[in-house]
Amino acid sequence: MADREERRFAEVSRESVRLMAEGAGVELGDDVAALLAEDVCYRLREATQSSSQFMRHAKRRKLTVEDFNRALRWSNVEAICGYGAQDALPFRSVKEGELFFVEDRDVNLVELALATNIPKGCAETMVRVNVSYLDGKGNLEPQGTVPTAVQSLSDDLLKYYQQITRAILGEDPHLMKVKSVSHDLEQLNRLMHMVKSLVQNPYLYLGSYVRSLVSSVMYCILEPLAASINPLNDHWTLRDYAALLLSHIFWTHGDLVSGLYHQILLSLQKVLSDPVRPLCSHYGAVVGLHALGWKAVERVLFPHLPAYWANLQAVLDDYSVSNAQVKADGHKVYGAILVAVERLLKMKALSLSQSAEGQSGAHPGSVVGAVSYRVNSPGLSPPPEPLSEAALGIASHLQVGGAGCHWEEWTPVPLPAMYCELYSFFGDSLAVRFSTGTGFGTHSPCTPSQLGDSRKEPPGPASNLDTTRKMPQLTANLNISPRQDGSPRTDPPPPTTRGAPRSAGLSREVFPKARFTSPQTTPPAFSFLIGGRQMGQRCQGRRPFQTMFATTPPVSAIPPRTYAHKLPVIGRVGKPVRRWTCSHYSLHLPL
Amino acid sequence: MIALTGKNQSYVLVLYGLCFPLIHVAHAQFILKMAAVQGGMGDADIKTDIKTEPSADGFGNNNANDGRVLSASPGSSSSTGSNKQTAAVTPEDQQTLLAVLQFLKKNKLSESVEILRREAGLPENSLDPKANESAGAGSGGAAGIVDLEGGDASSLLSRVTGSSSAGAQAPTKGTFICGGKKDQPDVSVVLSAYSQQGDPTLYKVYYRDLKKFIETVLDCHRAELSQVFYPLFVHMYLELVYNNHESEAKAFFEKFSGDQECYYEEDLRILSGLTKKEHMRGNETLLDFRTSKFVLRISRDSYQLLKRHLQERQNNQIWNIIQEHLYIDIFDGMPRSKSQIDAMSGSLAGEAKREANKTKVYYGLLKEPEIELPLDDEDEEAENEEGKPKKKKPKKDSVGSKSKKQDPNAPSQNRIPLPELKDSDKLDKIMYMKEATKRIRLGPDNLPSVCFYTFLNAYQGLTAVDLTDDSSLIAGGFADSTVRVWSVTPKKLRKVKSAADLNLIDKESDDVLERIMDEKTASESKIMYGHSGPVYGISFSPDRNYLLSSSEDGTVRLWSLLTFTCLVAYKGHNYPVWDTQFSPYGYYFVSGGHDRVARLWATDHYQPLRIFSGHLADITCTRFHPNSNYVATGSSDRTIRLWDVLSGNCVRIFTGHKGPIHSLAFSPNGKFLASGATDGRVLLWDIGHGLMVGELKGHTDTIYSLRFSRDGEILASGSMDNTVRLWDAMKAFDDLETDDFTAATGHIHLQDNSQELLLGTYTTKSTPVIHLHFTRRNLLLAAGAFNP
Repeated sequence: MADREERRFAEVSRESVRLMAEGAGVELGDDVAALLAEDVCYRLREATQSSSQFMRHAKRRKLTVEDFNRALRWSNVEAICGYGAQDALPFRSVKEGELFFVEDRDVNLVELALATNIPKGCAETMVRVNVSYLDGKGNLEPQGTVPTAVQSLSDDLLKYYQQITRAILGEDPHLMKVKSVSHDLEQLNRLMHMVKSLVQNPYLYLGSYVRSLVSSVMYCILEPLAASINPLNDHWTLRDYAALLLSHIFWTHGDLVSGLYHQILLSLQKVLSDPVRPLCSHYGAVVGLHALGWKAVERVLFPHLPAYWANLQAVLDDYSVSNAQVKADGHKVYGAILVAVERLLKMKALSLSQSAEGQSGAHPGSVVGAVSYRVNSPGLSPPPEPLSEAALGIASHLQVGGAGCHWEEWTPVPLPAMYCELYSFFGDSLAVRFSTGTGFGTHSPCTPSQLGDSRKEPPGPASNLDTTRKMPQLTANLNISPRQDGSPRTDPPPPTTRGAPRSAGLSREVFPKARFTSPQTTPPAFSFLIGGRQMGQRCQGRRPFQTMFATTPPVSAIPPRTYAHKLPVIGRVGKPVRRWTCSHYSLHLPL
Repeated sequence: MIALTGKNQSYVLVLYGLCFPLIHVAHAQFILKMAAVQGGMGDADIKTDIKTEPSADGFGNNNANDGRVLSASPGSSSSTGSNKQTAAVTPEDQQTLLAVLQFLKKNKLSESVEILRREAGLPENSLDPKANESAGAGSGGAAGIVDLEGGDASSLLSRVTGSSSAGAQAPTKGTFICGGKKDQPDVSVVLSAYSQQGDPTLYKVYYRDLKKFIETVLDCHRAELSQVFYPLFVHMYLELVYNNHESEAKAFFEKFSGDQECYYEEDLRILSGLTKKEHMRGNETLLDFRTSKFVLRISRDSYQLLKRHLQERQNNQIWNIIQEHLYIDIFDGMPRSKSQIDAMSGSLAGEAKREANKTKVYYGLLKEPEIELPLDDEDEEAENEEGKPKKKKPKKDSVGSKSKKQDPNAPSQNRIPLPELKDSDKLDKIMYMKEATKRIRLGPDNLPSVCFYTFLNAYQGLTAVDLTDDSSLIAGGFADSTVRVWSVTPKKLRKVKSAADLNLIDKESDDVLERIMDEKTASESKIMYGHSGPVYGISFSPDRNYLLSSSEDGTVRLWSLLTFTCLVAYKGHNYPVWDTQFSPYGYYFVSGGHDRVARLWATDHYQPLRIFSGHLADITCTRFHPNSNYVATGSSDRTIRLWDVLSGNCVRIFTGHKGPIHSLAFSPNGKFLASGATDGRVLLWDIGHGLMVGELKGHTDTIYSLRFSRDGEILASGSMDNTVRLWDAMKAFDDLETDDFTAATGHIHLQDNSQELLLGTYTTKSTPVIHLHFTRRNLLLAAGAFNP
């Protein structure tokens, strides 16, 4: 009650009153306007008070325009028309004119009248009965689980739980029921953010809830949401975000969900191999695999690629107008696949280079390999043995070579040598990307060290540029991992003293460096492009997404770059887009 | 003061002696008792206070003998306050004397008047004008007081516009010192002086003074005296606003609004928006607040303390407000504690006066009519139904025998005329008894199963739900003005055939009732159109032939469930009608709405039979007592009133809720009442004693429905917070076996045992619970609209 003094009612200024009077053709004196303004305020308050009564009796929590109109009508004031719509009215302001107004979109009546897809009125109102509680005990299936689990929580946690559920779902206490809201992207987004914050909360032991969390995240990644039907809806962001979240969950709660990992891989695989699924689901699967680490990409995506590619190619090659939407989706998938595969290559190269180091450095090297492995694909770390991983890396890498033939189907440049092959295999167009990315080729054992040097050189200064220009992001990275802190400075030395870093003593250093180069150079590029990649209207939606990347640990630091890479690829296929992206690209090149 | 005491006492005794011939023997005994009490007390003040009471009572009795209305005791009310200008004696003593003198004078005992006056040393003329006046009032009786208040209203008009309803609103008995002051012409002089003298800047000082004083008194008195703050604050603020001291009013508000109890926050918010005299004009609630008296219960000691302080300080401003706008119900005994006070306060007009709840209420149930139907006939029926009848017979007898003995608290069978039972009603009663034998006995260990009726796709906005007693039909009122009825049994809803078709059927056939129905119209639900605003209240008639609906359009409509058409639109409320309900015996129904009155109707009268007026704000819910002789109404003024259908009088006022009341439920035995409000609390009331007997805390939002199980063991409450909660009603009522003291004083000690009484909390899926119903076998049905 103490804050009552500060609380003031909304007031209508006398200027407004005078303006309105002028609008009605009446000239008002100052005092008259003041009096009127005050009275208007009071009447408004009074009407609001009485409208709340209508709300209460209608057993609602939300005051509607209708309620207010009723209050007006009963106080013998004309009701206000035109605001009865259910959806929220966007309130806009024009800075220049200091004008505030409710956006009033034009409605094309002709179109509306001649529309053929007349919505069938809403479903019939009906009464359905269900036995909710038998003999006073909850019917477990519909409403039991969450509340009973909640009952065992302490007061504080209970409050926390209630806050969360209230914040996210409004009134629905059933946290995990994502399905019911599949039409509402906003809500899904909120839900995902909530899951993220839950996961990030270090004081919260999620325990078995992780499983349900993961399942709801998976839902967001994979399901052909109702919202996807409308091309304007940016469900891609949601999928990206959910995928990121998935990787985050595996990163932080790997111990809890180890069993889930393979399950998820399986389900992703299933989606991917099911051609009936819409492209957005495929996209989700690819992004999800990508998020799970390059291992997952290798294991699942790669073998499926040849089969899948045919479908995708068919979609992409269809230039008919009716296919435009699907094709756009196809490009998305295409981009995602490319990104994933590319990262796979890089990581492979990295791990291979390290395993090579490992070979040279014998024992310590293998440790590094394990470390790098864990860092890069957290989800995998629990199941396989760390030591065997380096070996596995090589083995599977060889597999890539075998699988390379599939790549040849769509990449025009096949190269015989394994790593150089894969590197150059991305071709002229892709080479550009790599140049800004990192000199991964440098690490591939087959390419000479000079190449690595020459490649390494440009990124060095670039990274310095970065540090000066994009300080915040860099610091964000620094905060996360102190080890990265030192790496930019150690970045130049490795190529010059190649022999030394490969030694056992420096092997620890090599890895961070290798890892660092990517986050360090790419975030600026990423942050820039992510904003621009979308249609423009959704830019704001992307913002938090991108800052997330800046703050999350390495895993998330890699996807950003991948997005950066995606653009030219899309550009390559769809010409106008390419021009657009290229201009941006040139902008980010000097970085 | 003390010197006078002895004398006074003797006068009183003299007076009593003189009165004896006039007064009933019973009353005489009462007076003797009072006199004995007085003998035990030394303080003159105390004595005067008490003495006015019996004298008023005497009037009341006399009036009653004269065939006048009992509630008006004008003589005393006019006499009590007329002391200010004669400062020779202490006002109280003076007042007492005047009261006595008036009494004597009225009863034509001029001799004793003379003696008394001489002894008291009062100048002859000091009494005369008032005496004349009061004599007029006295002889005028009930009519007199109306006149008086009419005259008084004119004086009030100078200060409050549109207060002509003042008299009707506040038929004060004025038996106490502070009562009825405004009835005096000289008071109006005082008032006008007061409004002129009122230096707006001093208000703050006055209030702060009082605050300081109350903060320094003993703890036991502080809680009681703190009650004064809120009404004082409001009246002072309104006074300032009324006299156009806008800035002072604002400052005053800002300075002291923070001190008020948190449950007045809502009111304060409204108040803070009101800064102009003109604003007060249209605000009926405020006008009522000003013209009715805010009732406080204060122990005698605390009151004396306050009075003394105010007199010492010559704090007329506050004293006048207290006298003019407050009704202080003084009781003897221990001051109440803070929690006791908090439990009872919170309503718009303070607590209920104690005597407001003293009337006898016949809360017992009516005797069930004996239904002479051969037992074998029933057996046959039972056989027809499920083929295994025999065992139930003895049980049914026991059920029947229970209703045979007459409840001593029950009203006589024909206290109000009730409709005669039709054959179909008797059949239904038999069904009911049969079902009752299969009823599950509920208890803390045996909770009911809950079935939830979810209204899906109710985009129109579900505003009201009702189920028939046999749970065969469910009706919903919607914000789009429609009323929809569903059959919740496999039996479809059918209309009666058209008149032409009806002519064709064989009227002599046994199944004529079946034949009149038109098979073609069978459907699961029917929609009824007619209202032009949201339907806020809905109620089935007990025989399931009719449905009532009340709407924002100001009408109550009666629908036939045979033709599914509107039969009557009852017009009377000119404002939204928030609730309506059929009497448990049918025929009568009650409605209440925004116009602050509840109306009792009979289905065959287009005008109301009774108008229950007295609430200071909207009537939000209405319920019939199981015996149909009483009606309970809950209101936005945060009080519950119980009205006698026979006389139309208000027989109970229950205060204690801190928000508008949205649900009421009588216990099946008629003894108790449960009420739920926006504050999320359920309060339990003992109707016979007029006491609050329990408080159930747990809900976090408005409680929209309450229902006792068929045997009254369990109370179910459904709320906006998407939960149904079950409470152990038996325990709640058993725990408290009200002792005589509590009953006499009305001071309750509520233990906080909500958690023990809470038997279960059941959550729904995003569905506010707006109706609850126990089937005849004690299965709990809940209903609400799914709100994704």
